[in-house]
Amino acid sequence: MVIDLDKCVGCGTCMVACMAENNVPFREDDTDKLISVAWMRVYRLTNRKPYPDTEECFLPRPCQQCEGHAGHSPCVSVCPATATDYDMDTGIVSQIYTRCFGCRYCMAACPYHVRQFNWWDPVWPDGMERSLNPNVSVRMRGIVEKCSFCIHRYQLAKEEAYAEGRREIEEHAYQTACTQACPAGAITFGDLNNPKHAVHQMVRPDLKHGGKSKNPKAFRLLERLGTNTKVYYLSSREWVRRAGDNYLKNEGKVKHT
Amino acid sequence: MKIDRRSFLSFVIGGAAGTALSPLPWKLIDDSSIWSQNWAWTPVPEKGEITYVNSTCTLCPGGCGITVRKVGDRVVKIDGMKGHPVNDGGICDLGAAGIQLLYGPTRVKTPKKKINGRWHNISWEAALSEITENLQDLRTNGLPHSVACICDSDRGTVPELLNRFLTVYGSPNFFQTPSIEDNYELALYLTQGVRAIPGFDVPHSDFILSFGSGLIEGWQSPVYMIKGKSAFKQNGGRMQQIEPRLSKTAAKSDKWIAIKPGTEGAMALGIANVIINEGLYNRDFVENYSSGFAEWKKLVIDGFSPSIVSKITGSEVATIASLAREFARARRPLAICGRGAGKTPGSLQDFLAVHMLNALVGNINRAGGMVAVTEPDYINWPEAEMDDIASRGMQQTRIDAVGSTENTQARYVLNRLPEIVNDAAESPIRLLFVSGCNPVYAMADTQAVVKAFERIPLVVSFSSYMDETAAQADLILPNHIYLERYEDVPFARGFPKPIVGLTQPVIEPLYDTQHTGDVIIQLAKEMGGTVAEAFPWDNYQGYLEETLEELASLLEKGFRLNDEYSSSNGSGAFETESSKFEFSNSEIKALPPYTPVPAQGDESFYQLLLVPYDSMRLASGYVGSPPFLVKALEDTILKGNDVLVEVNPATAKKLGLSNGQYATLSTPTGSGRVKVYFFDGIMPGVVAIPRGLGHTGENKFLAGKGLNYNALCAPVEDPATGLDAAWGIRAKLAKV
Repeated sequence: MVIDLDKCVGCGTCMVACMAENNVPFREDDTDKLISVAWMRVYRLTNRKPYPDTEECFLPRPCQQCEGHAGHSPCVSVCPATATDYDMDTGIVSQIYTRCFGCRYCMAACPYHVRQFNWWDPVWPDGMERSLNPNVSVRMRGIVEKCSFCIHRYQLAKEEAYAEGRREIEEHAYQTACTQACPAGAITFGDLNNPKHAVHQMVRPDLKHGGKSKNPKAFRLLERLGTNTKVYYLSSREWVRRAGDNYLKNEGKVKHT
Repeated sequence: MKIDRRSFLSFVIGGAAGTALSPLPWKLIDDSSIWSQNWAWTPVPEKGEITYVNSTCTLCPGGCGITVRKVGDRVVKIDGMKGHPVNDGGICDLGAAGIQLLYGPTRVKTPKKKINGRWHNISWEAALSEITENLQDLRTNGLPHSVACICDSDRGTVPELLNRFLTVYGSPNFFQTPSIEDNYELALYLTQGVRAIPGFDVPHSDFILSFGSGLIEGWQSPVYMIKGKSAFKQNGGRMQQIEPRLSKTAAKSDKWIAIKPGTEGAMALGIANVIINEGLYNRDFVENYSSGFAEWKKLVIDGFSPSIVSKITGSEVATIASLAREFARARRPLAICGRGAGKTPGSLQDFLAVHMLNALVGNINRAGGMVAVTEPDYINWPEAEMDDIASRGMQQTRIDAVGSTENTQARYVLNRLPEIVNDAAESPIRLLFVSGCNPVYAMADTQAVVKAFERIPLVVSFSSYMDETAAQADLILPNHIYLERYEDVPFARGFPKPIVGLTQPVIEPLYDTQHTGDVIIQLAKEMGGTVAEAFPWDNYQGYLEETLEELASLLEKGFRLNDEYSSSNGSGAFETESSKFEFSNSEIKALPPYTPVPAQGDESFYQLLLVPYDSMRLASGYVGSPPFLVKALEDTILKGNDVLVEVNPATAKKLGLSNGQYATLSTPTGSGRVKVYFFDGIMPGVVAIPRGLGHTGENKFLAGKGLNYNALCAPVEDPATGLDAAWGIRAKLAKV
């Protein structure tokens, strides 16, 4: 996935589309963002300069789908229940709700806060359960959930391709709900390893160097941790790119190449 | 066997140890956790056949096409319609959360009547006969003009049905809820002589100068504008935003120029001054297609030199000059105005000033410019016959005095209503219909509006939701929601081509609701006489089929686009006396001259300025935010039940307030508790509060959260139009 932060307008449609697609529950007070369940979240970044030189940027954050080294994602390595796994075929980190027993090690291990714990059973006001999508299972209390890159859409697209006698899924056949909804066209989704796909052409990942992008505008979140994530961000602004990682105060300008 | 103490203990301990060593307890714990996790309160969504229905969203006037996914007979997802000219697959937060309105807890499920402050369910027959009785009485007493109607628009079949009903009944008091469109349409009328809908070809422009417009925050058709902005940037366009606060639009612009709130019009005139002085204007357009330039030029040169404008706006002279040069030198520069999402009309002179900028660079009626889009013309009914009572009623002055005084240019001045109703000994409105809007929440000075609604003897709401206006009404005749009904969408706000969309039922009505169109036709039939004759249709469906001849093709495609439509400046483009664009004419000269709109309140007591802002994550129109939107809201806007107001750290420190602290925000109109949020991107001395919070009622996901800006502000009448020109109000922020 590639998210163009120059295009993102921070409207939050990706969040709402994701909630609707993935049966994300909601509560009366969802303003404590540490316990509010949301697979996609848009962060508000600022360059911390005083008026009138202040600048802002919005950063949508789905699960980063870390590959780490050879599939050792931070969360996968710590899960004692094998409830989460890295799929070498798709590059997606799965989450099997019925296997998860809620130890929350993965939440502690995840550097991106993409995982959330269900402290309560989800409750839909009378009649609202009619809006639930049958392709995504509803989660119960006591388990951890996270963005799945709409894996159910991948499965549907795969079935469709197989039914038509194809092995390869077409680029447009598998798109996540956030990608589809984004009114700004800021999110591009596809197979990073397929040179024909737009995402590959945008980031030109350097597989010899942990998937680092050859596009000078591209960066990944906390790239220096070696998490080797599947979500690339594009920004023409230096301070935004720097905000994507931690730097020492005197570290000088680090160029992402 | 003798049971002594020793053997008893051995038995108990041995038994416990034995059980513990067996798999039994673990199995039981495992089973019980699985069992409790399978309790029925975790729903399992039913499977079914997946189908898609194309329709048009009506949650705002954006006119987006939607594709609704159904599973069996349930609606599970709303996506943008691929290939739709307005939104091409994109959707906004509110549109995507539309299902929560369909199934949500705010629906009015049956007609309701309020008796002694409590709601009672009644039948449709009872509700209709009660209204008919009242209508007959008022007519017999010669008071047909005391019936009024507030509608979200005056275009489209349902508003026109309501308006027709009022006309043949005998009341001129039809109102449309105000917005920036009123001023934009007036600006087009005054300069170009056309009654048209403003369109903005954002994708093909290469320089956008925005006077506080929230281009990506709900201004005009939100998705079209967000998409347009992406396309415009892709083509190398540049954008500059002029406003006192770093809005999302400002943050996404190439440059943010902060000026004093409410001085956008002066800024536009200052820029015009530089363009004229340096001869940067489009000579071809000004010389061949315009008239009155010399007069307007004199006004701008004499009154709005950069140094004068600098004093008014607080912007530097050099900034004004460089803005003007960059704007005028672009190939297809576009100036836009109307603050935020354009919910309040603003001052006509501001709009004229900005419109003149577009004319100066000749970017009118061409690609990448501002386009006058012809009004939809498909509603052509035979003239209705009126009886004597109706004719006499129609000759009465409108309640808002439109048409009776010379300085009122607007067609409807809704903001005058509360004061007129409250000041009269007896309310001049005896019966009020409200359709497709929520004036009790959305009009300035909530207290006065509530009081006025209380004074009207019978308020009838057609709302599908228990919103503030419905709660204040005496009768609710719930309409089907947009996913359950047919309706035409006569235009897409800000879209540069004529387009008609069709809303069609995706699902059978869930509750005992009726189409407002059907209700009006039934009411007319019950009234009898000429009123009934004016409505010869059996029902709304039949009427829509007759009106929209190509309903079948609309049903299939979802919209009708006049793609050939190209506006030009050739003959017929300008219907003014000179057949040209008029920078000045007798009507424009008759308007009160430009002055910045003042903020209400005593400066010595209320030292700060409170301005509202719009967010895509907050619905502030007819419908309130569904739960998903409230959930998606940043915690820098809402925390718990408290709204955070943006204050510059320098200002806050002067007031002794720290970040996250509670404070009392008070204005001459009202006050409330807020939390302080330090924001560097706001001009010192200004406080910003989001629109769309502070709802009342029983919706626990929305009501009681934050404050409603409208309860804190008051309207300021624009001397040119009578519309609400307020951009903010004076305020005070103090420690609790």
